Amino acid sequence: MDEALLRRLTPGVLTVLVRRGADFAAAEDAVQEALVEAVRVWPDDPPRDAKGWLVTVAWRKFLDQARADTARRRREDRVEEEPATGPAPATDDTLQLYFLCAHPSLTPSSAVALTLRAVGGLTTRQIAQAYLVPEATMAQRISRAKRTVAGVRFDQPGDVATVLRVLYLVFNEGYSGDVDLAAEAVRLTRQLAARVDHPEAAGLLALMLLHHSRRAARTAPDGSLVTLAEQNRGRWDTAMIAEGITILQAALARDRLGEYQAQAAIAALHADAPTVEETDWVQIVEWYDELARLTDSPVVRLNRAVAVGEADGPRAGLAALAEVDASLPRHAAVAAYLHERDGDLATAARLYAEAAHRAADLAERDHLTRQAARLNAHRPR
Amino acid sequence: MAKYLLLKHYRGAPTPVNDVPMDRWTPEEISAHVQYMNDFAARLEKTGEFVDGQALAPEGMWVRYDGEGRPPVTDGPFAETKDVIAGWMVIDVDSQERAVELAGELSAAPGAGGRPIHEWLELRPFLGVHPSTIECVGH
Repeated sequence: MDEALLRRLTPGVLTVLVRRGADFAAAEDAVQEALVEAVRVWPDDPPRDAKGWLVTVAWRKFLDQARADTARRRREDRVEEEPATGPAPATDDTLQLYFLCAHPSLTPSSAVALTLRAVGGLTTRQIAQAYLVPEATMAQRISRAKRTVAGVRFDQPGDVATVLRVLYLVFNEGYSGDVDLAAEAVRLTRQLAARVDHPEAAGLLALMLLHHSRRAARTAPDGSLVTLAEQNRGRWDTAMIAEGITILQAALARDRLGEYQAQAAIAALHADAPTVEETDWVQIVEWYDELARLTDSPVVRLNRAVAVGEADGPRAGLAALAEVDASLPRHAAVAAYLHERDGDLATAARLYAEAAHRAADLAERDHLTRQAARLNAHRPR
Repeated sequence: MAKYLLLKHYRGAPTPVNDVPMDRWTPEEISAHVQYMNDFAARLEKTGEFVDGQALAPEGMWVRYDGEGRPPVTDGPFAETKDVIAGWMVIDVDSQERAVELAGELSAAPGAGGRPIHEWLELRPFLGVHPSTIECVGH
C-alpha cells in the first residue's frame, strides 16, 4: 500500500473531476471517499493503473452523490455520460488547486486544512490528528472552507505569495501524530516550485530543505531541544543541504530577492560551517540587514541582534537588542544569551528564568529553565 | 492556530455584574442559560474551532504521595482553596483576538432576569507541544 503514491495522485484526480464539470466541493468530497476506499481495497487488490482507478471510483462516488441529491436532478442528467476530457487546458490545473486552497478569503487555519486535504491527499482524520483537534471539528473546518471558496472560479489567476505563506505555516507545525507535516510541506512546496517560475517558491523550498536537514540533530534522545550551536553536525543530512544550496543559488542568480531567499541564505551559511566557530557571522548579519529591508519585522531585528552579538561581540549585540521591542516573545531569551556571553551570569540567569516563563512551547520552556538552572548551580541559593 | 482554555470558576473569579446564584433563578432562566451554553458549543463545532468542553463536580479532594508502600494521603474537600474550577472549554482559533471575542460571548450567557451574567472567564493559551521547525539562533 503506497500511501505516498496516493497523495501524489490526489490533485491530478481532483482536477480531472473538476474539468469534467463537477463543482470543486463535491469533487473534493468524492476524491476523499475514493482515497479512503483505496486505503481499504488496495492492500489486497492493487490496481494496475492507480490514477485510472482513483478517477473511476471518485467519479462514481460523485455520481452517486449527485443521484442521491434530487435537487440536482437536472445537473445529474448533464453529467451522467462520462464526458471525454476536454482539450488540454491553458492553465496548470494542479497549480490552480494550490491557488484555490490558499485563497485570500480563507483564514490561515482553513487554508492550511484545505490545502492538506485537496492538494496533499491527507484524510480528515490525519489532519485532525496532526493539529490535535477532534475529527468532527476538522471536518467542519474543511467544509466551511469549501463553502467560502465556492464562488471562486477555478481558472482565476492566484497569488503565489499566499500559497507560500500557507506552506510555510504547514512546515513550521513540524511533527505530531502519524503525519510528518514538515515532510509534507517539503513535498508540496517541491511540487509547487516545479510548476511556477517564481524565485520565492524556490527560496521557500531551499529554506525548508536547509532546516529539515538538521532535524535529526535538533532533538536529544530524551526529547529535549539541542540548539544550533550544540548540534552534532555529523548528523545533518548533507545531501539535503546540498540540494537546498543548489536551489537557493539558482534562485538568487535571478536577482529577484525575497524574504524566503534571504532566510534560506542565512540557513545556508549555518549549514556551510563545519563547526559553530567557523560560522560566517558577518555575512549572516548582512543577510539579516537585507531581510529587515524586505520585511521590517521585529522578529528579524531580534534575530539580527544575536548575529551582531556573534559578529561584533555581546556588547554590540545588546546595543542592537536595545532597539527591539522588549515585549516580543523570545526577547528575554536573546537578552539572557547575550548577557551570559558578556559574563554577567546573574542577569543572564534571571533573564533565562523570565524567558522560560514566557516560552510558547514546552520544549523551549524546558530548555530555557535548564539554562537558568545551569547558571544558578554555581551561585548560592 | 492556537489553542486556548476557557476556564469557568465556581468561586475564585472576580464578582460578575449579574451576581445572583443559580439556585435563585427561575427554572426558565436556568433553561435559557443551559440552552445558550449548548448553542455556543454547537456553533463552535460548526466553525471548526471546538476542541473540548467539560464540566467538573464542585466537590473534589487533595491527594498527596506519602512515601513508598503507603497509601496516598487525602485531605478534602478543598478545605483551604478559594478557587474552584467549574468547567472548561478548549478552542482552536486563528488569533488571540478571536479567543477573546469568543470568551466575551460565553460570558454573555443569560442569568437572573434573562440578563447577561457578565461572568469573568479565565483565558489561558496552551503551550505548544513542540518548537517551530524554523529554528531560532541563540536560545
